[in-house]
Amino acid sequence: MALRGKLVPFAGWELPVQYEGILAEHRWTRDSASLFDVSHMGQVEVSGQDAAGHLETLIPASLQALPAGRTRYAVITNDDGGIVDDLLVTRRADDVFMVLNAARVDADLAWLRSRLPALAFRHRPERALLALQGPMAAAALSDAAPAALELAPFAYGEFDVSGVPCTFSRSGYTGEDGFEIGCDGAAAVVVAEALLARPEVRPAGLGARDSLRLEAGLCLYGNDIDAGTSPVEAGLAWTFGARRKAALGVPGAARIERELAEGPARRRVGLLPEGRGVVRSGAAVWDESGHETGVVTSGSFSPSLGVPIAMGYVATRHAEPGTALQLDLRGRQVPARVAALPFVPPRRHRQHPA
Amino acid sequence: MQNFRYTKDHEWVTVDGDLATVGITEYAQEQLGDIVFVEMPDIGRTVAAGDEVAVVESVKAASEIYAPVAGRITEINPALNDAPETVNEDATGSGWFFRIQMTTPGEFDQLLDEAAYLALTGGS
Repeated sequence: MALRGKLVPFAGWELPVQYEGILAEHRWTRDSASLFDVSHMGQVEVSGQDAAGHLETLIPASLQALPAGRTRYAVITNDDGGIVDDLLVTRRADDVFMVLNAARVDADLAWLRSRLPALAFRHRPERALLALQGPMAAAALSDAAPAALELAPFAYGEFDVSGVPCTFSRSGYTGEDGFEIGCDGAAAVVVAEALLARPEVRPAGLGARDSLRLEAGLCLYGNDIDAGTSPVEAGLAWTFGARRKAALGVPGAARIERELAEGPARRRVGLLPEGRGVVRSGAAVWDESGHETGVVTSGSFSPSLGVPIAMGYVATRHAEPGTALQLDLRGRQVPARVAALPFVPPRRHRQHPA
Repeated sequence: MQNFRYTKDHEWVTVDGDLATVGITEYAQEQLGDIVFVEMPDIGRTVAAGDEVAVVESVKAASEIYAPVAGRITEINPALNDAPETVNEDATGSGWFFRIQMTTPGEFDQLLDEAAYLALTGGS
């Protein structure tokens, strides 16, 4: 609030949607670095004997093989093979740390606790989460937390910032290099001020976060994935890893295995509408002969490309990049083409450049 | 000082003879945020007061623009095609949307005056 952001209520939190303006914040993130307050995300600690092994019975990802200090993107499946939530899972020395979607925390915990009574799940709503994202994110930490620069992508570490103990994972939701930094909520202002003191860092809101993640082809739970969409349709089967793919052993495995073997009936794709009207979530998608073939699940203006972009589900036979389709734009049809995701290639940090 | 009138849909109107110029208010552009596209009406189109005539797209959302008065669209602001951000920068000046040749010039006086509009938006 001290930064005069525009706040909106979401899932019981007051969220900063924008500070300077979505376009300026978006471009600053791609060119330099932005700090996002994502404290609404659910931070949960999981403890118990063989926590990773138990979690694997609900999460189709290779968690037992994950070394301590490494983070993985994964999904939790339901009995229908749909997605309960998508999340980041970090293996730590003594427990497992998860970051869940704010609106899903209660449902996730109810599901996890009912199926895994042997584990203890501790929700930490008093913990803040700050996302430092952009090509200058690492440089911006060179004074505040130089040890964090040593983290590989999807690695986790614990370092102090201005004397405040923080968790760091080299991850994010923008397609850029960056860090997600957890700390006690009461000390978050100290951490945020230390990072914002750097000239390359500016605050950004959730409006820019949404346009950045859409350009990066990343899913928003509730829009692009939900309890009805399977990870295969959503293009998230890569999160399973080879070992789990061969023997899923999670709720809804029958549907997921069938879709892996036969291909899903529909797929998540990028969509590039012609013209400049922004096609939004919920818009119908038709094929060239006028038959409905899918639905738009996210749509926005792409500040990086200067054109509208969208994401949605279409019948698999229409999912090939370049396929000509029609989208509903306020009651009329606009031509569009299926586009490969991501719209803007990721520039995540690589330790060993190819 | 031009005489501005307003609608409850956050449009402003000024008149020169029976020619009305229409745009969106400072309050509206602030609420919409970065404007990325304005879909304009066809020149020559006849409109009734309250007809949907244009759409303004921001990164966040699309909003309809209604004809505040009846008449015929005679001109659209060509600058907004290449520079829609003009609406954010100068909403009540160079960010105007279109002009209407009014059928019933008296309609202008029926619109909200500045005090009534400010009361609507909670401003002062």
